[in-house]
Amino acid sequence: MKSKQFTLRILALAAASAVALSALAANPASAADKVLKIGFVGVTSGPAAAWGTSNVRSMQTRADWLNEQGGVKIGDDTYKIQIVTFDDQKDPKRAIAGMEKMAQEGIHYVVGPNVDDGAAAVRPVAEAKNIIYFPYSFPKALFSPPASNAILGMVANYQSAPAIYKYLKENKGVKSVAFVAANESDPLSQRDGGVAAAKELGLDVVAASDTYQNDTRDFTPVLTPIVRLKPDLLVLSGVAPANAPLLIRSARELGYKGLISAETAQDAKVLQEGAGDLANGFISVGGASTPEIRSPLMEEFIQRYTKKYGEYNDESNTKVYALEYIVDTLKANPKAIDDIDEYKKTIETFHAPNPFVKEGHELKYVGMKSFGQKRQISVPMVVTQYENGEFKTLFVGEVD
Amino acid sequence: MEQVIVNGLYLGAQYALIALGLTLIFSLMNVLNFAHGQMYVLGGFVTYTVYGQMGLPFVVALFASAVTLAVVGALFEKLLFRPVLRRSKREESTMLLAAATAFLLDAVILLVFGEKQRGVPKIVDGVFVSDAVIIPYDRVVVGVVAIGLIVAFMLYMQYSRPGRAMRALAQDRVAAQLMGVNVDRYSMLGFALGAMLAGLVGGLLVTITGVNSGIGGPISIKAFMMVMIGGAGVVGGAIAGGFILGMMESVGLDVLRAYGDITYLVIFVALMVFLSIRPNGLMGKPWG
Repeated sequence: MKSKQFTLRILALAAASAVALSALAANPASAADKVLKIGFVGVTSGPAAAWGTSNVRSMQTRADWLNEQGGVKIGDDTYKIQIVTFDDQKDPKRAIAGMEKMAQEGIHYVVGPNVDDGAAAVRPVAEAKNIIYFPYSFPKALFSPPASNAILGMVANYQSAPAIYKYLKENKGVKSVAFVAANESDPLSQRDGGVAAAKELGLDVVAASDTYQNDTRDFTPVLTPIVRLKPDLLVLSGVAPANAPLLIRSARELGYKGLISAETAQDAKVLQEGAGDLANGFISVGGASTPEIRSPLMEEFIQRYTKKYGEYNDESNTKVYALEYIVDTLKANPKAIDDIDEYKKTIETFHAPNPFVKEGHELKYVGMKSFGQKRQISVPMVVTQYENGEFKTLFVGEVD
Repeated sequence: MEQVIVNGLYLGAQYALIALGLTLIFSLMNVLNFAHGQMYVLGGFVTYTVYGQMGLPFVVALFASAVTLAVVGALFEKLLFRPVLRRSKREESTMLLAAATAFLLDAVILLVFGEKQRGVPKIVDGVFVSDAVIIPYDRVVVGVVAIGLIVAFMLYMQYSRPGRAMRALAQDRVAAQLMGVNVDRYSMLGFALGAMLAGLVGGLLVTITGVNSGIGGPISIKAFMMVMIGGAGVVGGAIAGGFILGMMESVGLDVLRAYGDITYLVIFVALMVFLSIRPNGLMGKPWG
């Protein structure tokens, strides 16, 4: 009997060892390499899932690609990148829990959160636990002194809106503008910023208080009174990609003939499926890459992303940048790998070639004008116009 | 004002159809189906796949949505709710189970269909334009189909043998059983029918509003509101609740627009006041 038990134990031990060894073999970070964990805290479920999912998928695609090439060399060491994700469900309380989790895992660089209240909520945790985070939300207080741990991961609407309205005023004869926004903190603050920018340009703001619930499915009742005002430009402030085609379609079906724009990144396939030809002419800040300016590396990124996840998301044109900035800044100053003060020092002088565009743009930290310190990553501000299933570049700007 | 009324009417027709399935399941089984919105979403995605991706006729896609959701509903009832109802006397058990099925469907839908908003080609092109009213033809078609489905459902419940059996079950489960009604069979049929309605309306509305994996929860909440207005478990109440909510939204968004987004605030306050005066809704009975 004892012999049988012993045999069973040996077999169990052998099986456990085999499982452990195979797990080790399957792990991209083998014992020979160090692991650089980069976190993500943001929304990957619910109505705004597209925002965070495009972040996670961009990070995962790029990390897999870099790991496949042997990892990234930072100082004397080579690191495999591991992406650690946390779905905050667009809930600030969960965002805090997510940031706590990142701290427990010893992570110093986190991408996200995706919305204003989440980004504001995690600030104390990030500052207490020495985490640099890259929110996709716009409150200036997060990026202005005395705050110093947040770095804006995209172009803010108060940076893009004046450029867009000015262009439309000068080139398309826009004189009057109406705003409509979801009744949530991000779209409302973006609307207020847009209204201020429009007034500063001397545009006639004919509607500035129309809002909708973010879960609205049919926007005809929302847009009926606005369309009656016949503005030259209808601005969909902070509109989520899921809602943009529905709003455009309702406005056009109600007979609206003017221009429609948004300062948030959109997805061409979503617009095509949801609004078809009615979306033609829609202007948005179309991610940081259009076919005209993207590099072969960006093309390959899109191919890899599409192969991995079945379909590309145009929002990832912008979302691909955060991880690149983190890795390249750490390469520039290896001491920053576990010392965010070193990272902050490097921000001041960092610059590197931008691998995602053909030419004329480099990776650097900006934000002096908007925040009084460099707390924004520089991505090309590509204003696009949707035409028959794809975005065409209207003009390219840059944030200083 | 004519435009506002038309907007309210077709919104109401859509809402009424959404609420019907929810109230049916509640009346038959005393189960608050938190997964109703997710079933709507699944129906939308089935239509998206069959009509939008595979290019089959819209009617086929709608049929596929109805059948898929009927099967899902029947399986949920047989494998999940029936055993729990049999073993547990506490109503919270089925509520928790319903919430769990909602999360399950949310996760499965996100995994299978992705995070993006999806849409399909319009079933009818063109817009009706007059001096007073602008309405796209596809909304007219969807509104008419929704009203047709509501009428068909009511006739089925009123005059068919299974409909009578389900109504008997809703009135008194024990008495119905004593009269020879096969409780298990008709409970399953009722759950399947409720889920099928959710799938049908999801498939129908994907042509106007599209669908995405995250809207299940908000749809359920809206359906609960309609049921609360009309009275839980009463078919006529769900229909009335749907039309009232649709009209309140349409009028509120037009009349109150100058004051910002207070339409839903006003609706919720009105609902609270209404329920404090009439806690069983318009047509609900005090005994459930």
